[in-house]
Order: sequence, then structure tokens, then C-alpha cells
Amino acid sequence: MFAYVIRRLLISIVILFFASILVFILVSTAGDPLALLRANPHTPHSTIVAREHLLHLNDPLWQRYWIWFSDAIRGNLGNTTKGQAVAPQLWSHLFVTLRMVIVATILAIVIAIALGVWSAVRQNKLTDHVITVTNFIFLATPVFVLGLALKEFVAIPINQHVGSTIFYTDGEQSPTLSGSFFSRLPDYAGHTVLPALTLILVTYTSWAIYQRSSMIETLDADHVRLARAKGLSRRRVLVRHVLRNALIPLTTVVALDFAAVLGGAILTEYIFGWQGLGTWYITGVDTLDVNIMLAYLLLTATFVIGFNLLADILYGVLDPRIRYA
Amino acid sequence: MPEEIREDFVIETPESVATTEAGMHTLASPGAGLGLSGSDTYGLTGEAKGQFRIVVGRFAHQRLAMVGLSIFLILAIGAVLVGHLWQFNYTDITNNLNDPPSWTNPFGTNSIGNDMFAQVMAGVVKDIEIALTVAAIAVLIGVTIGAVAGFYRGWVDSLLMRFVDLVLVVPILAILILLSSKLAKQSSNWLGLAVIIGLLSWTYVARLVRADFLSLRERDFVEASRALGATNRRIIVKHMVPNAIGPIIVNATLTVALSIILESTLSYLGLGVQPPNISLGLLVFQGQDSATTEWWLFVFPVVFLIILILSIFLIGDGLREAFDPKKSRVRA
Amino acid sequence: MPEHVLQIERLEVDFPTKDGVVHAVRGVDLFLEPGQVLGIVGESGSGKSVTALATMGLLPKGAQVRGAIRFDDTDLLTLKEKQLTNVRGTGIAMIFQDPMTALNPVYTIGWQISEAILAHQDMSKDAARDRAIELLAKVGIPNPAERIDNYPHEFSGGMRQRAVIAIGMANDPTVILADEPTTALDVTVQAQVLTSLRTAMDETGAALLLITHDLGVIAGLADRVLVMYAGRAVEIGTAEDVFYRPSMPYTLGLLGSLPRLDGDGSARLRQIPGAPPSMLGDRTGCPFAPRCPLATDLCRETEPDLTVVPSVTSDTGDHRAACHYAEAVGRGDHGQVFSDGVVDNVIV
Repeated sequence: MFAYVIRRLLISIVILFFASILVFILVSTAGDPLALLRANPHTPHSTIVAREHLLHLNDPLWQRYWIWFSDAIRGNLGNTTKGQAVAPQLWSHLFVTLRMVIVATILAIVIAIALGVWSAVRQNKLTDHVITVTNFIFLATPVFVLGLALKEFVAIPINQHVGSTIFYTDGEQSPTLSGSFFSRLPDYAGHTVLPALTLILVTYTSWAIYQRSSMIETLDADHVRLARAKGLSRRRVLVRHVLRNALIPLTTVVALDFAAVLGGAILTEYIFGWQGLGTWYITGVDTLDVNIMLAYLLLTATFVIGFNLLADILYGVLDPRIRYA
Repeated sequence: MPEEIREDFVIETPESVATTEAGMHTLASPGAGLGLSGSDTYGLTGEAKGQFRIVVGRFAHQRLAMVGLSIFLILAIGAVLVGHLWQFNYTDITNNLNDPPSWTNPFGTNSIGNDMFAQVMAGVVKDIEIALTVAAIAVLIGVTIGAVAGFYRGWVDSLLMRFVDLVLVVPILAILILLSSKLAKQSSNWLGLAVIIGLLSWTYVARLVRADFLSLRERDFVEASRALGATNRRIIVKHMVPNAIGPIIVNATLTVALSIILESTLSYLGLGVQPPNISLGLLVFQGQDSATTEWWLFVFPVVFLIILILSIFLIGDGLREAFDPKKSRVRA
Repeated sequence: MPEHVLQIERLEVDFPTKDGVVHAVRGVDLFLEPGQVLGIVGESGSGKSVTALATMGLLPKGAQVRGAIRFDDTDLLTLKEKQLTNVRGTGIAMIFQDPMTALNPVYTIGWQISEAILAHQDMSKDAARDRAIELLAKVGIPNPAERIDNYPHEFSGGMRQRAVIAIGMANDPTVILADEPTTALDVTVQAQVLTSLRTAMDETGAALLLITHDLGVIAGLADRVLVMYAGRAVEIGTAEDVFYRPSMPYTLGLLGSLPRLDGDGSARLRQIPGAPPSMLGDRTGCPFAPRCPLATDLCRETEPDLTVVPSVTSDTGDHRAACHYAEAVGRGDHGQVFSDGVVDNVIV
């Protein structure tokens, strides 16, 4: 098992390295970071030349990459076009985003498994049909539509009805929030509910559908029949021999989907006005702020690769056959 | 249980479950790793014609799938007809500003005076146009890459698949935001948008086709063709692709639905379809602030967007079941 | 007369499908005496597996079962699922055909055997583990104390099947149902598995219901034999009766298709031409008639009942065959029934 983990870790690092190259190439095609400056007739030529020099724009691509990469590993992610350090901004935005993403992912997994099992056990009965239809509807609803709908038709009417703001729709916390962590918690919660709910509802569906199929297929398996023939209780067979086995493919699915979850988070932050990585990135793209774009993409790639590594390890834990592969 | 009535399909397992996909909101099932990508439903290519009728028959038997198909056809054909026959063009400006739905304007009007019904229908048409283009590009690229990887195997396969893994490491949306931002500033041509989305959507098809080809390659009829002197290209095109066609069609359908989601998201962010062109995502963006006041500016685009995507997903799920039925298998 | 540990009466199993009703089992009667081996022989689709699954209550949903299955003074068909779990694995144990998929790949062999033990016996986990090692040793697994922590994929096919037998033995069942236990295995491994099966019986005193299509396996182990065709028993008797005085053409065909060590080297293996009938819908007449070289109009009109035929072992009327001409068949020269000439004349 240990050898397996080490192997996966090394592969992950290699992938991350190549991902950084890809990210850099991608961003360098995004356009001229000095376009705005050049378009402005008042900018003196010397400023442009100086900026070009600062950003190494006249160096060959691979050299620019290397400069950026070697700095990045050491934690220096450069400055924004306005001259502020990128790294601190990155971390502060990261913690904002993580709040939403972690809560949403965990809950989405739990809900997906629960619904998948339930609809599989009650296959083709009413429960199954209701769950399946609900799944399809949420599956077909783009993130931004769901977020907007929740904001306009759930949060605001409820808030108005109750007379105070339970569901916050703007930002990740109240502007004047202070106090100990625990006293701030209700405020965090009130702000996180809707965005997390949006992300959860959009994410759980494909996993629930997948889990249901996985369960149904496993229910038919030979080893399940043997388990029943052993005289085990129905419950035990379901949990120990069906669910336990049916969960395995789900880990791969969740891992593969994680990049999409992060993509969904971008939109959710945007709609609910969170100062997270997503909105930061969108602004960066809009202003062609190269270092912001690079930092965001590199960080997301790291997260996705890290999450995949986690899933690989979990897979090895769940399925002994893989450990020796 | 007699073998005569068992509806069994020979299902080839690709190398590992790890090649199963799901990706953003797809309907992949565990069978996708085991069944979809490698269903030998057609045996040798000579059987293809009879199987077509069987698949169509199975599709027709599923209520949800037929509902999806009907909705989609009504929507698509209806929207096109509306575009030609309706009294208002979507760009027409009238004097009725911000009118609620009425007989003249069934979906109301917006702040400039456009007829919302015409706008929504035009949006539907544009979305379908873009989505079909994207799917065509994605399938073309995906099948080519997947076929090459699966057929030639070895280092070609490894290289291509590592490349696929790499592309998927960053959220597709993030890449799209980057690329389309540049595009949006330069032109309002929707074709460019479609190409960009297509260039990022081929990965799932590629993986499926590769898995199929990897297993099909070992089959006897490939050996036989080779013995008869067929070139590699001929073998691929004439023999292997028809066998893998089932999962390709299913995945192409899913790609259509996914691309509508992606495109509408980009349009909502202002990075997708640009005015004067129109799309449902753009309409949602324009109507979002009026959701509670002039509700018709928000609700109609939203509802039609969801219905459009939903119908395509239902068709896709129906096709998946039609090619690889799971519900009707009976164990001996 | 020793009491029967298992008695199946008039068992019928139907499966409704969208193409019609499939009559998988159409009235089977059999019984098992303690410590006895009853072999059930038949082709695929004859209903033999379904019979065993019906006994355990493991048929797929939608199956319609009629008749009675008497075990331990109760009719198993009247029991609810919860009550059945008290019979399965402890009163009646079952062994399945494919050892490669029968065991759960994510748990160790030892864990799975212990699970079977702990489900029905009150003992500590350690005691169960010890018992599991004991069982593995009994079925002939080398180094049981080490191999108990192996996963199924680390066992060969034959070893896996023996582990399954160990699970079957774990709670000293009264009856063991073995559904084609050797079919998926190499011939060399088959012998080992059959030996383990024999050990299981000797250790537990269980009666064995051995389902197979392999007559060689039957010859080695069975006390009595039941031949099934198209969902019904077509011949039943002691092994000697069935092998030396087969009284139904189908049985003859089965025996004739066996290569014989003492046979004429140039003689062709005689196959039974044709294929088993579809189980869909109703039929008239003997289901074997289309393939039977002796079939007459009577055979095609009326399905024969099991009638008593002479036995080579006893006079108690235990040898029965379902054929209108059973006695003639039993008397006749076995080789001639499926000789080439007859086949060409009668079977198209």
C-alpha cells in the first residue's frame, strides 16, 4: 500500500509540473497584458518599455515560463498589474472559496450516496421515479440559473416574510463582522447557506444517478447472492456487500468531477458576490492581469491533482485489488 | 432460466474502471466503464442494419425518452418557425416598453421594446445551433484521437491519454473564461465561440472511443480483415467505428446538452454570445435584476433553457438504455 | 424408511417476461435422505438451477413459485425473508458455479468465512477466526493460518471454490446445495473440489444436492440421480438404475454422448440432435419429442407422467421414468436408439 501511495504521489507531482507549463502557455495566449496601456495615448513610450522589461515580455516563452515557475515554487507569485502582491490575495480569497467548496462537496457526496441507495433499493417504485425526475431537473439547470432562482425566489421572499435577513445573498460575511470565531459562526452560516445549497444541488445529481446505477448492478452480483445464501440479514447484505462494493467506482467519479465543482464555484461566487477565487479570477481575466490568471490556474490545478491523489488513495483503501496493480 | 430469452449483451471491460468518465453533469453510469464503452451489440459489421431497428424500437419504448424527444423537436422546430412566421423579429423595437405578457406579446416586452417571445425563440435557435456545432467538432476530434490511441496503442496511446488528463486538470469553465474573453473583445461571431467550446469538449468521447477500440482491436474480425489485405485506415473506418457507434452517439447527445450549459454560462458572464446575437444565457443576464418586478424577462428564458437542456438529457439517457439495456436483463 | 431431510413437492416456477410467461420448472418432486447425495443432471435451461434457487428463496423478484419445499417441519415457500435467513447458511447451505465472482473481492477470505460463522453462532471473533482456519485446512488449503488473510484475488479458481465450500460447511448444515460446482474449473482442479465436497459431507453429515451437466461427476459421487428436461424430472432412480437401465430416451442420449474408455475407438460420439425447447408459453406432448428418434403421435399429443420402471437395485418402485415407452427403452439395446440410421430417418 505504501508503495502504491508513493507512486501516485510522484506521478501527481509530474502532472502538476506539466500542468504548470500548459497553464502558462494558455495564459500567454490570452492577450497582451499591456494592451490597455498601449491603447492609452497618454502613456509615455518609456513606461511601456520599462513595463515590458519588468514583465520580461521580450524574452522567449520558455524563459518567461521558467522565471515565473521558479518564483512560484518559492512562493513568489509576482504582482498584479496594479503592483500589489498576488500571493496574499490568493490565500485570503482561497479561504473564502474553501468554505463553500468543502461544505458543498461533502454534503453533495452524502446526499448522492443516500439518494442513490434509496432509489436503487426501491427501484422502479414511486420513490425511485420521484428521485430520478428531481435529479434530472437539477441536472439540467445551469449553476447560474439555480443560484439566481434561489436568490430571487427563495431567499428574498423568505427574508421579507420573516422580516429579517436569514439568507444572505451578497458576500460571504457581513462587512462589519468581528468577534471570536464562534460568535462569527452564525453570520458565516447565514451567508454560506444559499451558495452552498446552489453548489450542492448542481453537483449531487450526476453522482446520485451514478450511485444508483452502481448499486443496481451490484445488487445483481454473484457475491451478493452468496452473501444472502450465507443467511445474512438483508440489512447487512445491503451495507457490507452491496453498498461497500458499489461505492468504489463512485470515488473515481467524484475525483474526475472535482474540476467541474471548482468551475461551478466560480459562478456561485459571482452570483452571490463572494470575494473568492472565482470572482478574483474573472476580474483578472477582464483586466488581463497575467499574474492573477497564472496564480489562479496553477492553484486550481494543484487542488484538482491533489484531490485526484486523495481519491486514488481512497480507491486503494476500498479495493484491495488495486493496491498491487 | 433459458438462454433464449435472456437479453444479454457481450460487454467488454476496458483496462480499468479508472477510465470511466463522469465529468460535468454527465449521465455516465458504471456501465459506462464496463458496458457503454465496448458493447459488442453489433457483432460483426454485417449485422448493423438489423440492430438499428432494434435500437430504435427500444428507444421508442421508453416513456421519458420519447417525452424528451417530443419536447425537443417541438421546441426546435417551433422556434425556427416562430423565427420566420412570427409578426415580430427579435430585433424589432416597438413602443411597448416593459409590458407584461399579453396577446400581442405572449412573453411580454423588455425595456427597449423587444418582443420577448421572439427573443426567447431566437435564443433557443441560436443555442441549438451552437450546441450542434460544438458536438460535431467534439465528436470529430474525439473519435479521431480516441481511435488513433486505441488502435495504435503503445506510446502513441500513452502520450495522447496523458495529454487528455492534462487538459482536464483545470476546470473547463476557467479555461473557457480565459479564451472567450479574448474572443468576445474581438468579434461577435458565435462560430468562434462554438469552436472554442468544441475544442474543450472532446475528451470524454476520446476516452470512450479509445476504450472501445482497445477491446475491439483484439477481435477476430480485425485479424480477418488484415489477412484480406485491408489497410489500417480501412479497418478503422469501415469496421471498428461502426461497432463503437453506440456510445459515440450517446456521448454526442450529452455533449450537446453540456455545451448549451457552458455556452449559456459564458453568455451570462458576458463572455459568450454577444449582442446583436442572442442566446438564452444572455437573456437571463439581461433579465436577472427584474426577476421579481418584471418577472417575464427572467422566468421565460430560464424555463425554456431548463426545458431545452432537460429534453436533450432525456434523449441521451434513452439512447444509452436503447444501446445497452440494463432494465430488462433477467438472471438465470 | 429414513426421514427425508428435504422434500420438494410439485414445484413450479414461472417467470413473467415481456414476451410471455416462462415456465422454468413444471412440477418437480424430489427428496433427500440424510447423508445422501442426489445428483440432478440436465442441460442448460432444464430448470435445475432454478429448483435450487427456489429452495433457498434466492430467485429474482417477479418469480412465481408454487408447490411446497419441506425442510425441518416447515414449508420453506411459506416463510418470510427474515425467517429464511435463519435457514440459509445454517440449515441449508449453497455453493455456486463461478468461483471467480462468488466471493466479495474487498474482504479477506477469513473475514468472509467468519462472517458466515458469526451470523449463526454465538462466539467471539477470535474463536470464529480459529474455526475459519480449521475449515480452510479441512478443505485442503495449504498454510491455512497464513492464507486466511489473503484476498480472493490471491487465490486460484480451485482454491476459491474450496473456500466457498468452507463457508458452506461452517455451520454444519443439514443440506448442501451445489449448483454446478466444478463447471467453471479445469478437470484437474475438479477432482480437488469434489474431494473437498466429500469432506464437507463427511464432516457435517449433510445431504448433498449436486447439480451438474457432467455425468462423470455424477458417477463418482451420487447415490441417486434425477434427470431433468424442460423443467421436469424425466427420470429418477439410484445411480445404478439410471446408468445401467436408463428408461427414457433423453437419458440414453446423455449416456450415449459420453466417450467410453472401453468403447470402439472408431465409433462416433453420438450427439442428441436439436436443441432444448423454448420454455416460453404452453406446450402439448412430451417436450423431448422433437428430438426423440422413437417419438410417435402419442408422444406428441400427451406428456408422459413418471411411471415406475424396473430397477436394478431394489423392488421398492423407486426407479421412475417419464416416457410412454419407458419399459421398452429400459429393456432395449442402448446403442441402437441413437444409431445413425434412426437419426437420419426421424430427425430432420
